[in-house]
Order: sequence, then C-alpha cells, then structure tokens
Amino acid sequence: MKLEVKNLSMEFPGVKALQNVDFEVETGEIRAVVGANGAGKSTLMKVLAGANPGYTGEIFIDGKPVEIRTPAQAKELGIEIVYQEVDTALIPTLSVAENIMMNYLISGMEKKVIVDWPKLKQEARESLSRLGLDIDVDTRVNQLPLAQKQMVLIARAVREHCNFLLLDEPTAPLSLSETQTLFEMIRRLMENEQICIIFISHRLQEITEICETLTVMRNGKIVDNRPITPEVTIQQIVETMLGRKYDDVFEHADHEVGEELFRVEDLSDTENKVHNVSFHIGKGEIVGIAGLVGAGKSELCKLLFGATKRSSGKIFYHGQELKIVNTTDAVKNGFSLVPEERRKEGVLVNETVEFNIVSACLGRLSTKLGFLRPKEQNRVALKYIELLGVKTPSEKQLVANLSGGNQQKVAVAKWLAAESDVYIFDEPTKGIDVGAKGEIFALIQKIASEGKCVIYVSCETQEILSITDRTYVMYSGRIQKELVTSRTNEEEITYYATGGTD
Amino acid sequence: MSDTKEISSSNPLKRRKKFKVSDYTALFAIVVLLIVFSVLRPENFPTRTNMVTILRSISVTTVLASGLTFTMSIGGLDLSAGNMASMSGYFCASFILWYGMNQYLAIGLTIILTMMLTLITMFLIIKCHIPELLATCAMMFFLEGLGLTYAGGSAISQGLPRPSGKPAEGVFSNSFKAMGTSPTIIIIMIIVVIFAYVALNHTKYGRYIYAVGGNKTAAKLSGINIERYRLYTGMVAAAIIALAGVLVVARNTSAQVSGAASYQMPAMSAVFIGQSVLGVRKPNPFGTLVGATLVGILDNGLVMLSVPYYALNMIKGAVLGIALIAAYANTKTD
Repeated sequence: MKLEVKNLSMEFPGVKALQNVDFEVETGEIRAVVGANGAGKSTLMKVLAGANPGYTGEIFIDGKPVEIRTPAQAKELGIEIVYQEVDTALIPTLSVAENIMMNYLISGMEKKVIVDWPKLKQEARESLSRLGLDIDVDTRVNQLPLAQKQMVLIARAVREHCNFLLLDEPTAPLSLSETQTLFEMIRRLMENEQICIIFISHRLQEITEICETLTVMRNGKIVDNRPITPEVTIQQIVETMLGRKYDDVFEHADHEVGEELFRVEDLSDTENKVHNVSFHIGKGEIVGIAGLVGAGKSELCKLLFGATKRSSGKIFYHGQELKIVNTTDAVKNGFSLVPEERRKEGVLVNETVEFNIVSACLGRLSTKLGFLRPKEQNRVALKYIELLGVKTPSEKQLVANLSGGNQQKVAVAKWLAAESDVYIFDEPTKGIDVGAKGEIFALIQKIASEGKCVIYVSCETQEILSITDRTYVMYSGRIQKELVTSRTNEEEITYYATGGTD
Repeated sequence: MSDTKEISSSNPLKRRKKFKVSDYTALFAIVVLLIVFSVLRPENFPTRTNMVTILRSISVTTVLASGLTFTMSIGGLDLSAGNMASMSGYFCASFILWYGMNQYLAIGLTIILTMMLTLITMFLIIKCHIPELLATCAMMFFLEGLGLTYAGGSAISQGLPRPSGKPAEGVFSNSFKAMGTSPTIIIIMIIVVIFAYVALNHTKYGRYIYAVGGNKTAAKLSGINIERYRLYTGMVAAAIIALAGVLVVARNTSAQVSGAASYQMPAMSAVFIGQSVLGVRKPNPFGTLVGATLVGILDNGLVMLSVPYYALNMIKGAVLGIALIAAYANTKTD
C-alpha cells in the first residue's frame, strides 16, 4: 500500500507549521523523519493520524483520495500513531489486556454487554507475541516500566489492521538497552508483516541503524528524501537539517569572564536521568547547556537546585562545598532557577505581580517576628517592575493576566529581588515572542556583567550560540562535549547533541 | 519610581476589580436571610438578645473553621478536625474533673496533647504521602474511638465517676464556664479570627502558606520547604482545634460523647463559602467568619420558624447548595 500526501499545508495562529509538503511512503519500509525542533515533523504526523483536522491539501491511499479529519478516520485507513507521551494514551489502573484491547472494548463489542475475559486476554496475549513480547496481560499498566508501556501501545496499534505505524520520538525517554529491545521488536514486526513504520527521532545514530529511507524537514518543508546507505553520515544529515542560518540572530555582547566561582563535580541523580556531570563557571560567565529535548537538561537544573535527590557529586561555590539537600538550601546559598514550565513551576499565576516578585525574599522584607512590611514589599516590586520593564497595569495585577514574556520577566525579577548569585535559566525563551526574547537576552547579559554566574539551558542551538561564552552539550544525561562558543557552530553542537563522539 | 507611578495611574482600573455577583453571594444571602426571618418573626428574630445568641452559637464553628482555614490555605483538607476537637474536650474535662488540675494548666496541656496527636496526621500526610482526604478520614475514625476509649465510653461531666469507678472530685470553676457564654466566647472567636487574619495576610509565613496552597511545585522551586510549612500549619491548626474543643466543654460544662464532631461539616462549609467572599478565591479568615455567620443565621432562623428538627438539615443543605452554586457556577478561571 502507498500513502501519498500532496501539497499539504497546516497553519497555526502566526505559524506556518507545514508548507506545501509532498510526502509518500509505502508498506514494507521503515522511514525516518528528522528535523530540528519546530521543523514540522510532529505536525505532519498528527495530520496523518487525524489529530490536525485543519490541514489543507490532498491525501491518497493507493491513489484513492481520502480525508483524515479525525483519529477514527485514520484508524479506519489503518494508520496508527504512538505518541511520545505514552501515559496520556494508557489507562494506568487497568490491566495490560484491557489497554491493548481498548479499541475492542470501546467500539468492537457492539451490542454485547458482558466482557469475555478469557477471549480478551487471549487476544491480548496473541498481539504481544506477534511482537515477540512476554508481558503478563494481568499486570496493571502503572506497574510497568516506561519502555514496556510503549510496547503495550504498539501492541494495541498493530492489533487490528494497521498498515502505517507512526512512532513519534519513541526512543527519547528510553535507555540504550531499551532502545535496542525496541529495535528488535520493530525488526521482528517488519519480518512478519508488511507494514510501514514512520519513525521520528532526534538521535541520528539510531536512525542510520534502523531506518531504510530518510526524510529531512526544515521550517515546515521537506528538504530532502534519500535512502540510507552506509555512505550517509550524521554530518551530512545535520547539514541538511540546518540548511541555512536562522533569521533571528542576536548580538553577542562582550563581557569579561573572571576567575572560576562555581564548580560541579560528578553529579548524578537518583532517577537515572543525570550521569556524572561535571562543569565549572567563571565570574560573570554565561555557560550554556545544549542538547535535545529529553537529554536530561531540565533534570540537571532541578538537581542543581536541590529539587530532586542527588546520588553522587559535589557542588562548590567560591571553593567551598555547598550542602544542598532541598530547594531551601539552594536559595539560601544564592541559587536561583527560572524553570522551563513557567506557568506550572515558575510563577504563581493566581497571585499578584508583587506577591510573585517578593516571594523569594520575604525574609528581608519582614520584621524579626515575621510580620510583613507592605511598604517595603511594594517598593521592591515597583523597582523590579521598572528595572525589567514588566508591562502590567499595576503591581496588584494577577500574573495570569500578563503575556508570556512578561510572566517570564516576573519569574526573573523574583530572583533579582532575592539577590541571587547563581542563575539557572531553563529554556527561558520558550513560548515568548521574538521581541521579548531580545529583552530577556539583554537582561541575562546584564546579570552576567554584574559578576554573577549564569547557566543557560536551551534546546535551541541558535540561542546557545548567541548568548553563551562556553557550552556543554548533553546527550542521554551525560555531558558529551565542552565547547567554546566563539569557536563552534550549529553543526558541531548538533553533532554532539545527537550522540556524536570525537 | 516616577515612571512606574505613571504606569499605575494611567490605568483607571488599578486595584478595582470587576464586579462579580459570585463575590457577593454569601453576603447577599446573609442580608436576605436576616430580612426574611425578621419579617416572618418580627418579635423574636431581630432582637439584640437573639443577635447575641447567634454570635454565641457560631463561635465554636468559627473557631474550628479558623483552624481549617489554615489547613485549607496550604492546600490541605481535614475531616478529622471535629473528632480531634472532641478528643481535646475529653482531655480538658478529664484533667479538670478527674485530676483536679488547674484549669489553665489543663488547657495548655490539652493544646500540647492535641498537637502531638496531630503529628500522627502529619506523619501520614508528609512522610507517607497519603492524600489528605484519606489520611484525615482514617484519623477521623481513629480519634473517635480513641476519645471514647479514653473517656470509658461515656461523657465526662461533673459528678460522674471515672471509668475506674473512683469518684471524680474536680469541678469547673465559674471562670471556666464563662468561656462558654457570651461575651467571653464571642471575644475569643473574634481574637482567633484576627489572629488568623494577621498570620495569613501580614506575616511571611502566611505568604508561604498561600504560595504552597497555590502551586506546590512553584513554591518548592522558590525555595520554600513545603513539607516543613505543612507541618507548621498543621500545628497551628491543631492548637486552634484544641481551643474549639475546650470551648465546647465550657459551653456544655461537660465533655459529651463526640461533642465537637457535629461542628466538622458546618465548619468546612464555612471555609468553602468563605473562599468566594469578596472574590478572594482562596480560604481566608474573614470569609470563613462570613460563612459561619451564614450557617448560624440559617440555623437560628429555622428553629424560630418551628421547622421540625428532622427537616432542618434538609433545608440547611439546600440553602448551602444554592449559595455555593451562585458562588462557583461562573468561576471558570483556574
């Protein structure tokens, strides 16, 4: 069977996510789709899975035009998708059998009322064995490790007639050995039945290992289709992925970097997301942590900040080892974290701007007995609203009513007011517009120029290049490479971020 | 500074919130009930004596609800507060009547023991990570049984012998009994409400409590030790709950079987109603007082209208339901 897409476009408010895309796959192949963040890979997959009903363009199966406006239509056509967030697709309190047979339970039983348990379990077992898996179908899904949850989802997807299986970054949360298991399963599946697997991944090395053909996307367009031969190198793929330089380049302000102030040695967490990370920061230095989504960057930030548990490692500031077991210790030691999930973690959206700005320095703004000094609070809030140019009608406005960029400024203002020494910015430009981005960048450079240490974490390589002095590239929870920003480029960073080694 | 002032003054909406019906529902309901009851029972309801009666009757509810306001401000819930207060009542009555203890010492000891019992709840919540609803549900049953076992399965009152058969020689002094009558009980209530208001709104600890209640993750990532503040809040709530228990004993001049348990639900309703008062949208002491007043007026008026006792709860439930519908129906945000 052949799935063809012609002249496909998809627009979101303000973004052309897909522009006149032509794409075709046939059963019997494993196709890789790669591209930088925001290239449109996931949008394309969602269109094929019926989750983006607003597309324009034509879709054909074996030459016959079809409409895919709902997930049900996609299923009808034998197109199944397994999203990266497996937990959203599984019902954790039900058994493996029930989860695999979910479609049957919901729409396959028709007028039947009584569940035929032996039959249900038997069919679930059969679909697992087709994949060569041995999972007890009576297990509750929430007791399975993540890799097996994914298998359960794939088993569900291929149980009925499935011709096209879309896997959206299936390996991102998996360890290397789990990835190998997944690949074995994919190979077995391809041997036994003639289906097509479309495989999205940021890890280029594994793509060359498992896939036969490759589609490269950039800025909502398909820029390359080619078979994967032994001659194709990661370097080449990276170059096609990036193509030309991005449009919005920020000016790199020069500032002096002083002696080493901050040092981390051999840091690991108990969740197995961060492994033996070591790095150091000088006075007034902006150090970048680059890497793909899921490389363990956010986990590293949380770990540094004492929000997750450390299993090994030491943190030094001014040559002295710091004892940080929780976030309170971190703040006491002058650390600050502007977290990635701004609305969920960075600000209290249902409180006022003032409440948020002073929330990390209330000790200083209250009397010995803990009584607040409202005038002092107000003064501090107004000072930072002005300093950062937070656009708000008043300091009593609820943060929920501000724009994303202004919310982010409030999140930063909180730590400026707390007079922190080490600033950790985790994807600070996520979801804010270009203008606000520039302001945040200027702010970060100002913080550094005052002699503070700044850690700038981002999966946007271009941002790392424009703002940092030095960069550590993370891959699979480890520091893969240390680079001096002025002597590196996007290709090099992407090379290491996708698992390349020296 | 001048720049910021300009920003503020350029916006006429500064500090003025949009008028929302839901913000005034509870206050409006109070006014309506006052008018309705006054019209229907003009001789008995709108009198000074009756107003004092109402205030006295809401005192225990308000004090207990103030404790719950702390708990719920940090995002907690406590189903065991009523039974905890009963337990405090047994403690206090037994110390005075059985052991002839000085009444102030007895009250102090009661508060300390109540806080120690609350440590069990805190252990379940903080260390065992049991959802608050379930942990305090377990505590609710446990405390009910514990209290009755301690008291020997009956009330503790003056003249009644101890479970061991020994005579109980202690008596409640007049000053102790005065705590259960107006004006003392009303003054105590007002002090507790003011204390809660100041603690939650004018100290940094109160800010931390609301920050944790608003968003645990964000609070944690601001450097607030959320477990420690959950514990502190639990202890403050425990002390207030103990006080409520003592007030019940002073009012009844005995520790009745599960004497304070019946205040649990009215107190929780008061906090819930209070959340909507004046658009605060979170548990707050003043709102709690308003909520308790609403419940108290309803109780008082309905009795005056000679509504049969078995129908009282039905009407109370219905009126509360309507008040809550008005308060919550169009709050879609968050």
